[in-house]
Formats: sequence, C-alpha cells, structure tokens
Amino acid sequence: MSESSDSRRRGFVREILGRSDYAIISEWVEPRTRVLDLGCGEGDLLEWLVQNKQVEARGIEIDARKVQRAIARGLSVYHGDIDQGLTDYPDRSFDYVILSQTLQETRRPLHVLREMLRVGRRAIVAFPNYGHWSVRLSLLFRGRAPVTRCFPYRWYDSPNIHFLTIKDFQALAREEGWTVEGEIFLTGRYSGRLLANLLAEVAVFLLSK
Amino acid sequence: MIVETQYVRFDSLSLDCGATLSPVDVAYETYGKLSEARDNAILILHAFSGDAHAAGLSRTDGKPGWWDNMIGPGKAFDTDKYFVICSNVLGGCRGTTGPSSINPKTGRPYGLSFPVITISDMVRLQKKLIDYLGLERLLAVCGGSMGGMQALEWAVAYPEMVVSAIPIATTARSSAQQIAFNEVGRQAIMADPDWNGGDYYGKKPPARGLAVARMIGHITFMSDESMRVKFGRRLRQKEEFGFDFSVDFEVESYLRYRGSQFVDRFDANSYLYLTKAMDYFDLTNGTGSLIEAFRNVRARFLVISFTSDWLYPSYQSLEIVNALRALNRDVSYCEIPSNYGHDAFLVDIAEQSEIIRGFLASTYRMVSGS
Repeated sequence: MSESSDSRRRGFVREILGRSDYAIISEWVEPRTRVLDLGCGEGDLLEWLVQNKQVEARGIEIDARKVQRAIARGLSVYHGDIDQGLTDYPDRSFDYVILSQTLQETRRPLHVLREMLRVGRRAIVAFPNYGHWSVRLSLLFRGRAPVTRCFPYRWYDSPNIHFLTIKDFQALAREEGWTVEGEIFLTGRYSGRLLANLLAEVAVFLLSK
Repeated sequence: MIVETQYVRFDSLSLDCGATLSPVDVAYETYGKLSEARDNAILILHAFSGDAHAAGLSRTDGKPGWWDNMIGPGKAFDTDKYFVICSNVLGGCRGTTGPSSINPKTGRPYGLSFPVITISDMVRLQKKLIDYLGLERLLAVCGGSMGGMQALEWAVAYPEMVVSAIPIATTARSSAQQIAFNEVGRQAIMADPDWNGGDYYGKKPPARGLAVARMIGHITFMSDESMRVKFGRRLRQKEEFGFDFSVDFEVESYLRYRGSQFVDRFDANSYLYLTKAMDYFDLTNGTGSLIEAFRNVRARFLVISFTSDWLYPSYQSLEIVNALRALNRDVSYCEIPSNYGHDAFLVDIAEQSEIIRGFLASTYRMVSGS
C-alpha cells in the first residue's frame, strides 16, 4: 500500500469519526483495564487510552515504521500480522480487543473475530459499511466497482479484500452467538439508527461472548 | 568522553561445570552518573568479540568503544540520564579472567586447563560486579547476539533485579546451524599446528587458524546483499584475474584483512571457550519450554531482530516474544528492515536507537514514577 493512499484512507477515517471513535471507546472502555489494539498504527488510540483511561495497553501492527514510532513513544507493540498474531495470547488475556477499520483487510476475518473474543472479554469492531447508499448507487447506475469516501480505492489497488455491510455483521453475530452490547452507526456528523445499513458509513460494535 | 577500563577482583566463582575459579578478575567501564535513587543503571552486555570498552574514547589508545554510536550523551543509551556499565565476559581475553589468564596454582596461563564456562557463569560473575557497585536493580540489561543471551539469562536468573531487558538479534537457544558455524571456527583453530593443544602462550599463536575462524564469522555476520553492495565481483588492485591463488577479489582481501586484524586483539583459546558457551546456551535447560523458562520473569521486554540477519533469524526472536506473550508479559517486538545482516545491531542503528530511546524513557518513567 502506498504512503499516499494509506494517509488518504486514514485521513478519511479520522474525518468521519472525528474524535468520536475516542468518544465511543471512552464510553465503552472501563478505566484501568487491559486493552489490545489490533492494527494500532503509531499508537494514537492506545496513547490516548493510557493517558485518559489508565489502561494497560498492548498493540499489534504490521508496518515496521509504525511499530518503531509506537514503541518509541513508550507503548508495548508487537510487530506482526493480526491474522495470526493472536494465537499466542491465552484466553481472556484482555478486557477489550479493538479492531478499527481493518476487518475488511484481514485474510480470515471470521478467524480474527473469533480470536478477538477468545483473548478478550469484549471486542470493539469498527468497519466501513459496504451497504451505504453511495456504494449501492455506484454499482447500480455506473456499473463500476464502487469508489466512495469510505472505499476510496480503485479495484486494483485496494487493501480491502472482504466487503461487508452492517446487516452482514449483525447476521454473523447471531450465527456465532455473540452478544451485541453496543452498536453505533456514523455518517458524517450524524449518528443514528434509522436505516443504518443504507445511511451509515461506519459502524462500531461492542461484542461479547 | 574519555574513559578508562577499571578492574575488580573477586575471591571465587563457582561454575556450572562443577569447578570453582579463584580468583576472578573483571574488567569494566562505566559511563554517566548513578542517580541518587540508584534507579538509572543499565548493564550493557557485549557480543562474542566485544569487550568492556563499549563507549567513549579509551584513555590508553584513543579508540572509540564498540557501541559508541549507541552509548553517550544524547544517544540511545543517554549517559546524561543513565548510568551505563559494561564488563568483559568471563572467558574473554580483554581483562576479565579467561584461558589466557595466569593460573595461580601453576603460575602459567590456564590454556585448556581453564574450565568450560556457560552463559549463566558469565551472568553470575556480572552479578558479583553489580553487587560490588552497590546496585540492587538494573533499569535495563541489553545486548546483541551473545550479549542478548546474557540479557535473557539475567532476566531469568535475577527476576527481582531486572526492570527491563532488551535482547537484540539473539536466541533463547543456539540452533544446529549456529553450533555448526562455531564448530567450524574451532576446528580451524585446532587444526593449526601452532595451537599446540592450547599451549601457545609466549610462543607463536595459532594465527592462521584464528584468522580463518574469523573469516567464517564475518561471512555469517553479513548478508548476501550487503556483500554484493560492498564488494560485488570487484577485483582488488588489478584489472584481470591473476590466474593464481593470491588475492583476486575485494571480498577476499576484506576477509583476509579482518582475519589478520582479529589475531592481534583476540585469543584463540577464548574463541574456543566463548563459542562453546554459546553452543551450550539453552534457556529451557533442554525442556524445550520457553514458557516455563520465563514463568518467573518480571522484566518488561523489548526484542529486536533484523530482516536480513540469517545467523540469528527473526524466528528465534519470535520464539522469545511469543513465549512472553503466552505469559501476558509486557513485551514489544520489532523486526527492523536492514540489509546489513547480523552486523545490523552494530552498524545500522538509526531505527534501533529511536525505539530503545523511547523504550528506556517510558520504562524509567514507570520506575521513577515521574
């Protein structure tokens, strides 16, 4: 993934979530708990959680440069792949395992989600909604692979390999017997439940097993 | 920073092999100042051919320390903040007791009568030095390669003393390949008639054997790519092949130079003893379970490996990291992209410096509560 497309995507995710991902997580994450952030990047979220929630923070990140920056700021980060990276943690090692905006990039998303709920008491998952109207319209009227705010890539340079909608995720949670303890749907500055699968660009779930 | 090697003598040291050495001298250097709370001491552990002179310029010969790019004011191991200690290992030949030291019972150098030592013997001697310096805790123990083995051993042997450990480009147990290269080096030395069963002190040392051993070592320290970039197929001071067995290629010249240079500063018997100590090193004591080995460890860990290091490949660092993760210990791991092979921890230090600096700063904050 090139640096420019990466920062463009991260930039968008920041924009749509604003600081609200921190706000959501702030609401959900209890202070002084153990938190694992999958795909933690340079550790912005973890550092925020350490400072504001006094959590015991751990991260996993695949990009060496980002791992270095995260460790340099004092965080404990494991340089590795989240598709395999959870195997060595014992059951219930963490109070929360966070996966923000990377579920659609994992090779084995179901495996990752199951692993999250094995090593963590709760999982927090945020992902872009493929059911958003802009995606539907793009395919329906233009007949082209959708390139939208949430999915800004052309078909050939996208890191996204598993596309899912909010309904897909809810159905999976039912099939797997996961308890949805919280769900928040976001689009621009608006967050609401009405026609979520059509209107929401990003969904954030709090799950337990 | 002008520095001077210091020496201290201990009455005796009991060894894993059952023997007792007495007395035992240790050569060491210190840099920076110990804080009033005595909470800023860092022990640096040198690799196979290193010595106590890790940083600064030697008062005697003006030479910089082997990790001078990492240790000093404002560097990764910032001597404005930390009190840094480095000592020559047991079995070495740079001031600490080893096979070239005088055996007090005979008045002659030990040679092969020196007992076979282990990594944990080295660490037990370092513990005596740390006690002598009046330190109860070490903010960090850090080393690369054989130094990394000692860092791991420290964290396991003295869990209450080690706040953090930084093993770099190392392993928790030597592999067949690593033992194999060490054995080839030893055989090169022992095949040199001048080795004379280890009894060559005061006579002609086994310079050819030791040089060959070192040449093999240097090949394993580099990567295919770093050799290609550094030497390629360039010829040494000639336009055409010589059609003889003098030096044709730059790489041959380099290896010969490194080999002959090594002979001037290293003892062949130390080569045998230190490589044997590495071969014996297995943190699991043969049980194969690193998780068991680490069960009592309390230290925070930063484990570093390098992409092109094929002598101590990243999978060996991952074994360490994964065992610590299985115990829910505080561990960071980074595989740093580098073309320099095993040598990277000595020469390719920009990224290594950045993460060590940050790791130490955050560890120090935890300890000092500021």
